[in-house]
Amino acid sequence: MSDSATRLLTRPKNNRAPLLALYSALVFAFVYLPIVVLVLYSFNRDGVGGFPPHHFTFNWYRQLFADSSIWDSMLNSLIVAAGAVGLSLTLGLLAALALDRADFPGKGIFRRLVLLPLILPGIITGLSLLMFVVFAGLQLSLVTVFLGHGTALISVATTEIFAGLQKIDRRQEEASLDLGATPWHTFWRVTLPNLKLSLVAAGLLIFTLSMDEIAVTFFLIGRDNTLPLEIWGRLRRGITPEINAISTLILLVSILLITIWYRLRTRSEAH
Amino acid sequence: MSSSSISTATPLLAVNSVSKRFGDKEVLRSLSLDIFSGEFLTLLGESGSGKTTLLRLIAGFEQPTAGEIWMSGLRLDSLPPYRRRVNTVFQHYALFPHLNVSENVSYGLRANGAPKNEIFSRVADALKMVRMEEFALAKPMRLSGGQQQRVALARALINRPELLLLDEPLSALDANLRKEMQTELKSLQREVGITFLFVTHDQEEAMALSDRIALLRDGALEQVATPREIYAHPATAYCAQFIGQTNLLRGSISSGIAESGSLTFSCTGPSGPAVFSLRPESILLAANASAIVDPVRFRGTIRQQIYSGASELLDVQSSSGLHLRVRVPACGALSGEHEFVFSASDAICVKESL
Amino acid sequence: MYSKTYKFLVSLPPILWVALFLLVPYGLMLVHSLWAVQNGVIVHRWNLQNYLELLKNSVYLEVLFRTMRIAAGVTLLSLLLGYPLAYYLSFHAGPRKELLYQLVIVPLWVSYLVRGYAWKTILGSDGVLNGFLQYLHITHAPVGFLLYSPFAVVLMLTHIYTPFVFLPIYASLEHIPRPLVEASHDLGGTPRATFFRVILPLSMPGLLAGATFAFVLSLGDFLAPLLVGGPSGTMIANIVQSLFGAAYDWPLGAAISVCILCLTIGLLFLAEILEKRWSFE
Repeated sequence: MSDSATRLLTRPKNNRAPLLALYSALVFAFVYLPIVVLVLYSFNRDGVGGFPPHHFTFNWYRQLFADSSIWDSMLNSLIVAAGAVGLSLTLGLLAALALDRADFPGKGIFRRLVLLPLILPGIITGLSLLMFVVFAGLQLSLVTVFLGHGTALISVATTEIFAGLQKIDRRQEEASLDLGATPWHTFWRVTLPNLKLSLVAAGLLIFTLSMDEIAVTFFLIGRDNTLPLEIWGRLRRGITPEINAISTLILLVSILLITIWYRLRTRSEAH
Repeated sequence: MSSSSISTATPLLAVNSVSKRFGDKEVLRSLSLDIFSGEFLTLLGESGSGKTTLLRLIAGFEQPTAGEIWMSGLRLDSLPPYRRRVNTVFQHYALFPHLNVSENVSYGLRANGAPKNEIFSRVADALKMVRMEEFALAKPMRLSGGQQQRVALARALINRPELLLLDEPLSALDANLRKEMQTELKSLQREVGITFLFVTHDQEEAMALSDRIALLRDGALEQVATPREIYAHPATAYCAQFIGQTNLLRGSISSGIAESGSLTFSCTGPSGPAVFSLRPESILLAANASAIVDPVRFRGTIRQQIYSGASELLDVQSSSGLHLRVRVPACGALSGEHEFVFSASDAICVKESL
Repeated sequence: MYSKTYKFLVSLPPILWVALFLLVPYGLMLVHSLWAVQNGVIVHRWNLQNYLELLKNSVYLEVLFRTMRIAAGVTLLSLLLGYPLAYYLSFHAGPRKELLYQLVIVPLWVSYLVRGYAWKTILGSDGVLNGFLQYLHITHAPVGFLLYSPFAVVLMLTHIYTPFVFLPIYASLEHIPRPLVEASHDLGGTPRATFFRVILPLSMPGLLAGATFAFVLSLGDFLAPLLVGGPSGTMIANIVQSLFGAAYDWPLGAAISVCILCLTIGLLFLAEILEKRWSFE
């Protein structure tokens, strides 16, 4: 191993900064504590509240599994999320390609518009689309929710895929064209495979965000609820530890998904 | 080259049995070195030899695992880098991108609270010294490599350190600029009189610039001497090969007679197995050689001839199978068998290793 | 290298989508803001009444300022929590840096709702925190102000946005070449001086990005107030939401939304200008 590599991997004794480490630990605690509390109390017989928790039970999970409207809404969420992934990835891919390779008047405005929903509060995106939906005479339903998610999440896809495009070696595409392949062929055989990791990572991200989306969904929902909206409805009526249970499950799935996402991301960086 | 400006009484910097270990790798092994005030000392070695690590220990970016470093009678290694009277010129200059040239150069003065008007005049002087006055307000990213390097020099020297460390500062420059900067550096050091500790892997550069060279290998000092001394009397086979070119002859000495292959010559050295360093330019074509002290002759065939303007490098295979390189003044194309001669005193007995 | 057809085909669908589902909706919002409501029905009578109403009626301004105070509080607290954390990870964490980074990211993916709900259960009078305080005999009765107050909203949103603020700051800290830090030390800069003269200025782009994100999104948040804000914690987006719900005045709601949109775009422009001035690459 080279000198500089060994140097980087060993931390000298005078670099520990104990006060800062303590502060960082406290910040970590602040960020994790509510989640830990949530998970703990999902097993608490006496429900949420009070301290300390006692009487470990799976009751709330049992109740959860028997709750059909939760599972109906989860199915709705899955359908919408799958659709959103498809729509956002397709349009996001095209938008990323356009930003990377094409020049046209208004490109700057286009870029800013595409990225706007990322930072715009969900209520604005949701309300503007609501007015559009009403104007177009559409019924509020899962379809309108799907349109909302797709629009809001294109920015995520575009950002992720654009970053992936920057990492591609242009010369591969040039070599392909030089060897006689058509641009279309080059796209399918060279560009797209190189973007595989970006596409999967973006897809995972969009899926997770769509499953959790509330603000935009709030204004575009019809009769069929998505999971977050279903939970939201119950929250308005009162607290029940069943919600702790479903939250814990969502947490576990989220952790799984983001671990996969992170592995993919770092794998693409290693190339 | 006058060495009257170099004080050889007590060393300015004393490295005492310093070791440095990273994980389970020992990068410096109980190394001791004295640096004298006013000298231009080069740490020379391959990558991995520990030269940069030693520099960083003196600068304060690392701590020794064992041993001590003293400067001007005070313990240096217990001080953090910002309290040492030592400044560094980094390999890739490390200029602050958010500050302009003047702000970069005055950084050390401002960090130590020097008064404003003093800063102003000292910066002007420093920029004049490196001929960068007209770039005072430029941002580093607009400057070329050579210009950035001069700013880095000014930024370090303005603080009047007792010792200036230079970490391969010329390695990022192209060949011509490099030669130019070498001359500038040398005359700058003479002019300013500050002790320079220079790190490089380029032995030609080391020979050109240094008052003394410290050759490092695998964390230990192979030899410390002036360039002429190292070239003429290398301590080990490694020194002989690393600095300049040489032929290494293996053989033995018994009772004052050295034997290597079919070559026999007188040699004052202890009896036993021995290695000899014979510089290519010490070997002459017998036809062109006039009187030589203690001549040693051999016949050989020229296998290859490489012309380099003023001289030729001949690849010679002797009749006894010895493979030697011979450097002769340019003489036109040669071929076939010739007789060669060298003086016995040019075959320097070197140690195989430390 | 790319033909005109290629570029055209690639650009057209996203441009169409952006025009149809972003530009047209924003346009519709603007149009609605210039209409009015009469007898519970939206009337297409062009006027500026809604905007005048916003300026005249102090309630709206009051809530807006409260919202901005909350957003500023969230941003400040998130920075105070996120920056040192990022700094520690980048400069002092050594080989555990990667693992700790992953640990910081994980909460980002935990559902917003889940996290808000967690705070609701913690801060309530029957909640975990009160239970904990009473268990330790620090208090003897439930503390009321924890929940259903601006304080709770700030707390919850800070919890949400600290990882968001951490990310760009960490990225720009990692981007700082370590030789610059060594150079500062070498020239006599103490660690404190090095931080303020070198590290902080060079981390500004990341800090700015994180702060903008936290501020803008907090400004437009309506869910946190509904969960933990109570009546005293109402924010401007709640007013908009009720105008589109029970209070049925779409034009007025649209007018407020247009203001929020303009404010956001203005802040983004400002951030972009500052970022250009402060980035040194």
